[in-house]
Amino acid sequence: MRFSGLRVLKEGLTGNKGWAPHWRDPDPKPEYDVVIIGGGGHGLATAYYLAREHGITNVAVLEKGYLGGGNVGRNTTIVRANYFLPGNSEFYSHSLKLWEGLEQELNYNVMHSQRGLINLFHSDGQRDAFARRGNAMVNQGDDAILLDRDGVRRHLPYLDFDNPRFPVYGGLYHPRGGTARHDAVAWGYARGADARGVDLIQNCEVTGIDVSGGKVRGVQTTRGPIRAKKVAMIVAGRSSQVAAMAGMRLPVESHVLQAFVTEGLKPCIDHVVSFGMGHFYISQSDKGGLVFGGDLDFYASYAARGNLPMVEHVMEAGMTLMPMIGKAKVLRSWGGIMDMTPDGSPIIDKTGVEGLYLNCGWCYGGFKAVPGSGYSTAHLIARDTPHAPAAGFRLDRFRTGVGLMDEEGTGSQHNLH
Amino acid sequence: MRITCPLCGERDRREFTYVGDAVFLERPAPQAGPDAWDDYLHNRDNPAGETRDLWYHETGCAAWLVVTRDTVTHAVHRVELARDVKEGGHAD
Repeated sequence: MRFSGLRVLKEGLTGNKGWAPHWRDPDPKPEYDVVIIGGGGHGLATAYYLAREHGITNVAVLEKGYLGGGNVGRNTTIVRANYFLPGNSEFYSHSLKLWEGLEQELNYNVMHSQRGLINLFHSDGQRDAFARRGNAMVNQGDDAILLDRDGVRRHLPYLDFDNPRFPVYGGLYHPRGGTARHDAVAWGYARGADARGVDLIQNCEVTGIDVSGGKVRGVQTTRGPIRAKKVAMIVAGRSSQVAAMAGMRLPVESHVLQAFVTEGLKPCIDHVVSFGMGHFYISQSDKGGLVFGGDLDFYASYAARGNLPMVEHVMEAGMTLMPMIGKAKVLRSWGGIMDMTPDGSPIIDKTGVEGLYLNCGWCYGGFKAVPGSGYSTAHLIARDTPHAPAAGFRLDRFRTGVGLMDEEGTGSQHNLH
Repeated sequence: MRITCPLCGERDRREFTYVGDAVFLERPAPQAGPDAWDDYLHNRDNPAGETRDLWYHETGCAAWLVVTRDTVTHAVHRVELARDVKEGGHAD
């Protein structure tokens, strides 16, 4: 089933009776070439690119709940490529290029909106740091424009420019940054993978990983054992639990990150605005709700909800930056579970077990990485060598100290990112 | 979340700073080898359920605390002075 304007028109005139389910609901087979644990954005994208780029279609994606029910449905939908360090920079650059062709590629409307992202700065020192970051982005081939105060004012006239504590000095403008419809990304990849023969198996929780002779043999699930030549763990939010089934302890601590959405309003915020000094960022969804968030609650948590001190902090930061939103009513808040690594960068790597692969540690930046992560993980599984843009995401970098990617420059230690 | 400091009583979570897993109380010997140090610095059990972590009563009595709590429900089960845990020798 392909989507097209003509098809939408035809279905609209005939009672929308011709739409079929987007994917099958198969029972698990006894054996697959590749089993992917985790039916979120990253797992589904990996399955899609395994089939699309490498012709590996005897693949199952095992999801304990429903597809896209984890962090891919709990984020604030921001897509950007404004990283600074080598290792991160080329990976997110590649991912953004995949985003830009994603809707045509998947024949699915993921509502990718490159509305531009502006990171604000509030001092001369911060301006220097952002100029340097912008140069790194330009050198990577991405776009960055350093805006002065008046430049920001032309885009964001509603900010409190003369706030006594955080006067706006300017911003780093990343025009290709923006947002996308998070659920649709998962659904688009799911549909594309299914159409190429991948089995998407929901309500199937992995309860054990079978390893013998240093090699992975398959998994135990709530729907029976499944043999597999290769197994990939792509379960950010539950990485430590799944890896423990293979006898691994990961350099991951799980934290809760809260997000908020207001009632629907007329269009008023046209960009993604990031106020790093206040730990606050905001965009407006196509439905009109202001979607915003802040920093971690900063204690280990799997609760998928945060505590009130961070709620208060985020609201204060929002009011500091843009007092005009003060009368908007907050409808909902929620929390996502972040795999936090010591250096704040992710892991896509082989493990000590032959045929077992690991994709985790996305910290609070996993959504924009979905296409790049799936592409690179599929490459790793298919060819057993790292894909060049993700070659820095090694698991052993913490142990060796070589190749740490500490984007914030705060140190490679838990609870600093 | 409220935390009952053994010295100050029940206080707002904002008075406390989270430091990390209570593994920090068991620093390996300098020559213990890279695996022991890697485990100490980086690798974590990261349980979904009961956990023990270190908190610092920053705006209270400045005591270091070992908090036993649930990462899924945010319930706080037990709060001890890190000094007592360390000297009592039952940090695990």
